[in-house]
Parts: sequence; C-alpha cells; structure tokens
Amino acid sequence: MISRIYVVPKSGATRADSYLLDSKLSKKEIKKLAEALANPILENYYIDESPTVGNFSFAIEIGFKPGVTDNVGNTVKEIAKDLLRTKNNSEFQVYTSKIFFVSGSKKDAEEFASSLYNPLIERATVVSVKNGTINFPTQMPKVILKKRKSVINVSLNVPNEELIRIGKEGVMDPDGTRRGPLALDLSSMQVIRDYFKKLKRSPTDIELESLAQTWSEHCKHTIFANPIDDIKDGLYKTYIKGATNLIRKQKSQRGQQDFCVSVFSDNSGGIIFEKDYLITHKVETHNSPSALDPFGGAITGIVGVNRDTIGFGLGAKPVANTYGFCFGYPEDKRKLFKNKDKNGNPTNLMLPPSRIMDGVIKGINAGGNCSGIPTLNGFVKYDDRYRGKPLVFAGTVGLIPRKLGTKFLHEKKARVGDYIVVVGGKVGLDGVHGATFSSVALDSNSPATAVQIGDPITQKKLSDAIVKEARDMNLYHSITDNGAGGISCSVAEMAKECGGAEVNLEKVPLKYLGLRPWEIWISESQERMTLAVPPKKWKKFKALLESRGVEAMAIGEFTNSRKCVVNYNGKKIMDMDMEFLHNGLPKQHLQTEKIIPPPFSSPYSRGRLGRGNDYTKTLETLLGNINLSGFSFISQQYDHEVQGSSVLKPLSGKGRINTDAQIFKPVLNSNKGVVLSSALYPSYGDISTYDMAACALDTAVRNTIACGGKLSHLAILDNFCWCSSHDPKRLAQLVDSVKACYDYAVGYGTPFISGKDSMFNDFKGYDEKGNPIAISIPPTLLISSIGVMPDIYKTVSPEFKNSGDIIYLLGETKDELGGSKYLKMLTRRSLGEGRVPQVDIQKNLKTYKALEQVIEQELVASALSVTSGGLAIALAKACIGGMLGAKISATSILEESTSSEVKLFSESQGRILVSVSPKNVKEFEKMMKGVPCAKLGKVSKGKEVVVTDGKNKIINTTVKNLYKIYHRFSNSQK
Amino acid sequence: MRKKPIHSHSSASSAKKPRIIIMSGYGLNCEEETKFAFETAGGAADIVHINDLIKKPKILSSYQILVFPGGFSYGDDTGSGKAYANKFKNHLAGELVEFLKRDTLILGICNGFQIITNLGILPGALAQNKYGKYIDRWVDLEVPSSPAKGRVGRGLSPWLRGIKKISLPIAHGEGKYVIDSKSPLKVAFKYAKGDISKFQNLEYNPNGSEHDIAGVLAYNGRVLGMMPHPERAQFAHQSPLWYKNKNKKAKVGAGIQIFINAIKYFK
Repeated sequence: MISRIYVVPKSGATRADSYLLDSKLSKKEIKKLAEALANPILENYYIDESPTVGNFSFAIEIGFKPGVTDNVGNTVKEIAKDLLRTKNNSEFQVYTSKIFFVSGSKKDAEEFASSLYNPLIERATVVSVKNGTINFPTQMPKVILKKRKSVINVSLNVPNEELIRIGKEGVMDPDGTRRGPLALDLSSMQVIRDYFKKLKRSPTDIELESLAQTWSEHCKHTIFANPIDDIKDGLYKTYIKGATNLIRKQKSQRGQQDFCVSVFSDNSGGIIFEKDYLITHKVETHNSPSALDPFGGAITGIVGVNRDTIGFGLGAKPVANTYGFCFGYPEDKRKLFKNKDKNGNPTNLMLPPSRIMDGVIKGINAGGNCSGIPTLNGFVKYDDRYRGKPLVFAGTVGLIPRKLGTKFLHEKKARVGDYIVVVGGKVGLDGVHGATFSSVALDSNSPATAVQIGDPITQKKLSDAIVKEARDMNLYHSITDNGAGGISCSVAEMAKECGGAEVNLEKVPLKYLGLRPWEIWISESQERMTLAVPPKKWKKFKALLESRGVEAMAIGEFTNSRKCVVNYNGKKIMDMDMEFLHNGLPKQHLQTEKIIPPPFSSPYSRGRLGRGNDYTKTLETLLGNINLSGFSFISQQYDHEVQGSSVLKPLSGKGRINTDAQIFKPVLNSNKGVVLSSALYPSYGDISTYDMAACALDTAVRNTIACGGKLSHLAILDNFCWCSSHDPKRLAQLVDSVKACYDYAVGYGTPFISGKDSMFNDFKGYDEKGNPIAISIPPTLLISSIGVMPDIYKTVSPEFKNSGDIIYLLGETKDELGGSKYLKMLTRRSLGEGRVPQVDIQKNLKTYKALEQVIEQELVASALSVTSGGLAIALAKACIGGMLGAKISATSILEESTSSEVKLFSESQGRILVSVSPKNVKEFEKMMKGVPCAKLGKVSKGKEVVVTDGKNKIINTTVKNLYKIYHRFSNSQK
Repeated sequence: MRKKPIHSHSSASSAKKPRIIIMSGYGLNCEEETKFAFETAGGAADIVHINDLIKKPKILSSYQILVFPGGFSYGDDTGSGKAYANKFKNHLAGELVEFLKRDTLILGICNGFQIITNLGILPGALAQNKYGKYIDRWVDLEVPSSPAKGRVGRGLSPWLRGIKKISLPIAHGEGKYVIDSKSPLKVAFKYAKGDISKFQNLEYNPNGSEHDIAGVLAYNGRVLGMMPHPERAQFAHQSPLWYKNKNKKAKVGAGIQIFINAIKYFK
C-alpha cells in the first residue's frame, strides 16, 4: 500500500516534508510512525490528506531521482523498524521529498523551482494550491533494472579502431549501447588483448572493467609514475618520494628525529605525534563529481577522505578535517552547456559558479559536522578559469596509538584464509565508472551514475565501531577504504598483502535487484570498507558491528594463489593473474615541450600603476576582493570545536579574522599540539610553475612557524590539480613545479608524507549559442603542512594585541609584483606579467629559526605571515583582528624595494608581520640580529591605520572601515 | 582489550566516585570530551552505546548521572534528536522513569538537549536557527536569579551552584528554543550580552530562541538541558578571549564548574 505523510511546521510554514511509504503497514502503524516523525510542539502531520496550506498559489515538490541516496529515507526506515518492530525491511520503502510553498505566477514558481534542484539527481513538480490544499502525483523513484545478461565475453580480436572505441566509450551491451568510458588507450587495450590471447580466451566484461579501474590514472597515477624526458624513474619516485627519502637520511645522519613512520605506503601518511601516538594526514580532491552535483560531490569527498584515515594502519580516528575550494566568481552568470542536440542547440546546462559554491560549502558542512570531526583549516579562491570545473580539496587528520600490546598499529597484513569482509553501506549503481571518469575531461560522455551522495551517519557508526572498539579488540588483520573503483580496487590491493583473493560476488549486499556482476564489482557506493578478518574472529566481529548498527558481510577469502578470482553464483567470471592486474599496465615514456618564457621585462608602466601617493583606496579595494577578504560565513558554519581540541581557531581575535594556520590538541591530557596550514598560488603559475610551487611550499611552512610550529617536526603534502596533461607543454610546467617541490622540501627538511593528483581538470562544452568552448583550470598545486608543537600554551595568534606594541616586518621585500593580487586588480588580466616572487631558502631558514626562538621565549605578541596582497593586506588583517589602529612607516623597508607600491603590495615570500610588547623589545631585537627585521611602528590606541613612506602618507584609513570591508562578502552570505 | 565500561568499577577510591553514564551511538559524538570533563571534575564516567544499554537496561540503576552528549544522532534526519529519543523511549521508557525516581541527575548538551526534549522530560522544543544555518561561535549566558514566575535559578539546581554568568561555545543548526505553553518553564540559562559578544561584536542571542532561552531545568533542577557546550570550555585556552589576556597559569576553563557541581551533589 502506498501512503504519504506530510510533516508541516505549525506557524506560517513555507515548506514541509513529505514521506512516501510503500509498505504493508496498517493504518494504526502508519499513524504511530507519523507521530514519531513530527515534534508535537513544532509540527503537524497529515496522513494521506493534504496539509492546510496558507495563502500561497503554488507548491513545489523536490524529490530524488531513482537510485540517488536518500539518507533521510533510510533513517525513517530505521525509525519504523525500531518503533514497529518490523522484521522485514525489504518490503518497506520510504521516499522523502521537500515541499515549498510560493506565491506569484506559475512562471515565478517554475523559476524558483529550478533554483532549488539539480536535474541530474532530483526532480521538481509544481502544482497549484487549490482551496488551501495541494495534491501531488504519487511518484516513487523506485529503481527498476531490466533483466540483462549478467556476464558477457568481449572479443578483442578486432581492428584497432574498435579497440580504441572500447577503451574510449566502453564495452558494447547486446542492445548496442556503450557502457561508458574505460579510459584505456590503445596500447593498454593491445596489452590486454595479447594477455587474453595467451590464455586462449576472450576477457569477460568484469575482467575488462576491473583492469580499467586498477589501471586508471586515478588509481595508478601514470603521469607521475611513468618515465618523463630523462627522468627514468618518473616524477613521483624521483622528486616527491626522493625528497622524503633524502630528508629522512639527512635527519638520521644529523642525529635529528626522523618522525616519518608510514609514508606513501598507506591510505594516509603517518608521522610521530608523541611517544604513544601517531598523527596522519591525507588530502583528496573531488573535482569532477562536485561540478555535476556540488553537494553530493563535496560530502562524498570529505567522508571519503575520512576513510583514508580510518583505513590508515589498523584504523586511525579522524580528529580534524581540512578543505579548500577553487570556484569561478559567484557573480558570473555566463552559461555553459555540456552537450549539443542534433539541431546544434546547447543542452545539459552546467551549474553556475554560485550554485556550485553554495552546494560545495553545504556538502563539507554536512560531512564534517555530522561526523563529529572538527573542520579547522580551509581556504576559498576564485578565478575565472575554475568556472568550468571547480576544485574541491578535502583532507583529514587522524590519531592512532602507536602500539596495541606489542603490535604496531600502523602495520597490517591480510593473511591467507582471512575472510574478505565488507562493512558499511549497501551497493547500488552509484559511482559506476567514477575512477575512470575522473581520469578524463568533463564532456557529454560523463555518466550521471558517476554521482554519489555520502551518508555521514552510516560512516560515523562504522568509524566508531572500528577505531573505538574492533581495532583494540584485535579482531582483524588488515583494513582499507573502498574509494575509487570500489571493491575491485580495495580487494585487489589488499590481496597484494598475501598473494591472492577469491570473491563470491553474490554475497555483496545490494540496494536493489538487477545489478550485474561487473557493476557490483566496481560500484563506488559510499561508506564501505574492506577488512581481512580471521575466521575464528569473524563471529565476534560480525556481532560487534551489528550491535552498532553496521552491516558486515564476508564475501570471500584471501588466498596465495597469485590470482584474483571472482565467482558469481558458483560460476567463475574473473580469473586474472595478480601480476598482470597490478603490473601489466604498459609504461609510456612521456615527453615534455618546454615553454620558452618571454624575456623578463616590466611590461606595465610604473606611471600607470602609481596613483599619486595615496594607496588607501587601492588597499580598500583589494581587501574587498573576495580572494582576500574574510570568509567567516564558511568558518562559522563548520563545527571547529567538537572533540574539545581547538587551540588556534579558524577565526581569531576581536575582529574575527581568518587564520592562516590552526592548532588543536588531539590528546586531551597532553599539551602537545598539531599545527595545520596550506597554501597555493595558481596565479604565479602563469609566469613560472617552479616559483608557484616554491611559494606555496614556503607559505605553508611559514604559516605554521608563525603560530608556534617547529621546522624540526613539520611534514607536507602535495595535491597537484593540473589540466590537459596530454599536452607536452602542460607536462613541462608539471616537471618544473615538481622539481621545485623537491628543492624546497629538501631545503627546509620538510618531508612529503602523502599526496594526490588530479590531472585532467578541463571542461569541454558549449556556450549559450552552441559554440564550442574549452576551459582549463590554471595549473594548481596545493601544499598542506602538518606539524607538532611541544607546548600549545606558546601559541601565537595573528592579530595585534595591545596598543603600544612595536610592529616589525621580518624578511626582505623585493620588487615581486608578478602574479600578485595588486597587479591583477589593476590590469584585470595581468597574466604572465612582471616578476613573480622567488624563495631564498637560506635567508628564510635563518628568519624562521629566529622566529621559532622568539616564540619559544614568549617574546612575540602576534605574528602574521605575509601572503597574497602583501604587507598592506597583512597589516590590515592584524589591525582588524585586534580592532586596533597602527601607525607605521614603510621608509625603513629598504632593500631593493624603493617604490611605495612594492613595499605595500609585493608578495615577496619569507616575510612575517610581528608585534612585540615594549618590555620584550630589547630581547627580541637581540635575538633577531642577522635577520632582516624592519621596525615599522606601533600598534596604536586610536582607530586610525596610517602608513607613511618618507614624507608621504600612503595609507590613511580606520580599522572600523577595514573591518566593514573585510567582512562585507561574508555578511552578504548570511 | 577494550575496557568494558559495564564491568569497570573496582578500586576503593573509584567506588566512592559518583558514576556517570554517557550515552553514545548513532552519531552522538561529544562523548569522549564530556567523559574527560566529568573525570577531571572527580567522577567515574563510562561511555555506553545505546544498544548495550537496551541489552542490559538494569545497569542504569548503578549510575547517579545520565548524560546525553552533543552530536548529530541520525544526522538530524526528520528533525534533531527525534530518532534517538524514539529509540530510547521504545526500549528504555521504564528504566528512565525509575532513574528519575531516584535522587539522580540528567544532563543533555546540544543534541542531547534536543533528545531529552523529544523524550518529554524537558519542556519545549528546538527549531531551526533564525538564519537557517549551522553556527559555531561563543555566547554569553546568565543564570536567572529570581525564582519568580515559576523559574528556578542558581542555587535551586545542583547543576548551577555558584554560577551567575558563564561564556560557552555553541555549535548547532537547530537551537532556537520554542516554548511549549502548556508546561511550566524553569529557565537555566539565558543568552545575554556579555564578555564574548561584546568582544567580537556578535548578536547575543545567536539563534532566535524565545525569551533568549539557552537551557532549561526540570525535576527540581535535577534535569538540565542546554544548547551551549560546557565540555568545550573545560580548558582556558578554548576561549576566544584567551589570546587577549593570555594568562599561562590559568588552565581551567569556566565550563568545568558545571561538571564539578554535579559531582559535588553526590559528595
């Protein structure tokens, strides 16, 4: 029987919730359920009758399309099961939808509706309100799959053209349709053909799909692994891992602590926190899915990277989340289309930057807040070139005891005979072809099924059961995340630990009937992890997980057969050598083509830049730029205080400025803190990707030192988001930036512990008129840093504290306006003009070490790293943070910076704006000997912020004014 | 081996400590720091999954303080606190009545407050914030001192002894307190303009709660429900004001007093 329950807020409701039930429940039972769904003080419920609607003309229903995860629906099922003690859940379906009431014309209602939903995953229905009642048609988004042949053999004895097509468009189903990209190129297809030729048979579809997943760019990182030019071991091994290996060696030679414990080998990188604990970090990207479904893409990104923590060693507890967003400008209304119909009209409208921004922010909110993980570090950047494809970074820091008894918890190994156990959510079509899809550019072939929606509560239950209980009861030998490629990748990966696996695919719990084996095998349905559970502990493990509301299923066994075997209802449908599966991918020798940089010149005229001597207006305009102003509207909607660990928060001081680094203490009875920061400078890459990488690394390091971190206990992570990576010119830029990573990581002694790349962030589609349009992101490198500070009570926050404190600028200011926010604002294009900041390791090391010392001695009242926008923006932020004025003179900033604009807006690296209480000045200056340290002036009692240069007053404003500008965008987002 | 909370009370000194049961499961998530605060205050606290309590409901009788900590039970689906409260009611309604009959204390923080209003042991309900968004910030609270108009203030609730004003953080999407006109109302905390909201120039009532109510009492002050998180103010460094008046010696935060009060009640 089908019934509908409406739950409507009591007074002046503009919206309502609808629950459509397909069940065998009695009327009495449905009434009982409705009572449980409505809070009698706040809401009324209506069963199979229209709610009484106020004075509105239309009602809009937004519901899910078939197969899209309905988290609320799942909760209602659980409530009903518990409340009514129903046994058979499968005979009971709940579909939820949201109802909105609106006034005005039908056209208004339809327009409003289109702003409420994403046609990729949702549907909207508009009905008119008649006599204060509504009547929506009963639409149940039930998944009905046609009965199809479960396994097909795919002949590869075909011409190369067909091999190319199979690789590009996918296996052909018996009805002639293609299944979607395998993302395998001709040389890979040929190797596969030859492999099966030797076996004297054709591959099954599941074998091909499995290879496509395991060999995907997303999983194999071929661009970083393959030889490139004369770098025969590839970029990753030579420069990223190479840097870490060298740093570790140097550290032990120098008798310093090598804090790396588990790097590059696991789902996250793990370093020593203190004698009893390790901390881990991992940053992921979820760009392609976030372009299509911003909320689902972002929430899946954050709960997905949480699993990289739970899947570290035998299970680390997530203790902090990080995020980073690169969006198009929210006011950009230009339309982009993914596709074109036969008549040349553009179809499949992409979401505009503002919708992407809203959805992504909400997704990280829901994922982090619901999981009880503080969301600490984050940033948001805007550039035109992110409007085709946004970048969504999501990271998680974990905490894990070093040992359980005598066993190291970062070590794991599946053993022969262990059950292959999948825990967590059920499997549907969600995310089929996710891994291969993110390895290609976004175009008309991108499958809608690639979208998943995360369910943080299912995962929270799973996470608690694993890291708070099962791990310490020693119930399993190994664990890993089911991310890209689903169980096809996780099982094959774990099988390496013992030498093989055999899976019985029919045992995998499904969301709905009709899934074919290959779909079950590669589905990326969320909130699942794979474990190796010894048979004698299986019963206890299963009972524990079930008592925590988590489903666990043994789907096979780990073996030492050197094969990955998959059966389906007793029939062997995949039988592949582990060696071929993991190492069969042909190597390609990549070639780069150097971009010859234009000879350095100063293409902009000084005269045009200087606007007299007063830069007040320039500063105010810059500060109002959403790339530089505050984003408290994001920080304050993310719970950053859960777990009781916060020390230096995302917002600091009286004026609530966004901090560049955050500190928290994950072990409540220890005074040790974890310092997090991150940095990126995509605009510098237009001039030099080498310097772009150097600056990002320098800033990520500097930010952590400025608040109390220590160079001797600091690690970094890389996230390369590139574009058109088949283009040798883009590869040349990549090589440059990777080389900088090596040089500066080694220079600072900060090892890489984990990293990730996403190499094809290109949009190809059509504009409003149907003209083809291609938008590539600027090459973007995010460097994240994670450090340990011995004593959180020595934390320094960035804002000025007291009037009378002396202000210093540490580090050298050079004429480095290239790629700066200042130049961008003035020229509106500025791409590739001017000299980009360059990083001097030796000088900066000296500065940072001196800064460490004065912070250790507690001589510093505030310290703020000078980054985008230069000294002027740093000064403004320090003033706003303390809601204090400042009187400074830029005259003493000498070096080569002669002009006021360079002094104010150059983005030279290695600089920190510091304030010191008068009583500490003598000691401070003594310790700063030999370090570039310009005494600028004083924090002042009045609210004026004044900067002079020689005789000129170059900035004259008030902190109140700056505060207003800094928070303007955030306040508009309330 | 995992410490089985249910069987962990042995030493003579811990036997004297008041015993606290902190609920967990289905997305509650502040149980560990809440346990830490109660133990700092001198109690012996156990975290118990709701399904373990359902399996062995009798253990509730060995505790003096029952705590529903903060979190996101069932992801706030169908409304915050509803589903967890339903589950508790379905299986443990009798035990809850028995628990309240004894001279015990109950605390609900944030999602825990939402749960115990849905359980019906506190009046009112928590609706979506005025601005519709989740918000994490600090607020200032006042404990009404006058017992007039049926309100109990400090002194009358064991939880609030000695507290006139306190600043604590909030983090919630559904924290707007709505009064149920039928039930008599006993206010524990009201949002007020104080140190933090003056310092950071913030609205003193962050979510539009009716009559600025941030926490309420029932059962002669033995049951306290509150949206702000005292366990997130158990260390001095957690306050946004810490950097301004950095006093290295002060390590204890204001929030700990609420936990100390509860422990003292049994001593």
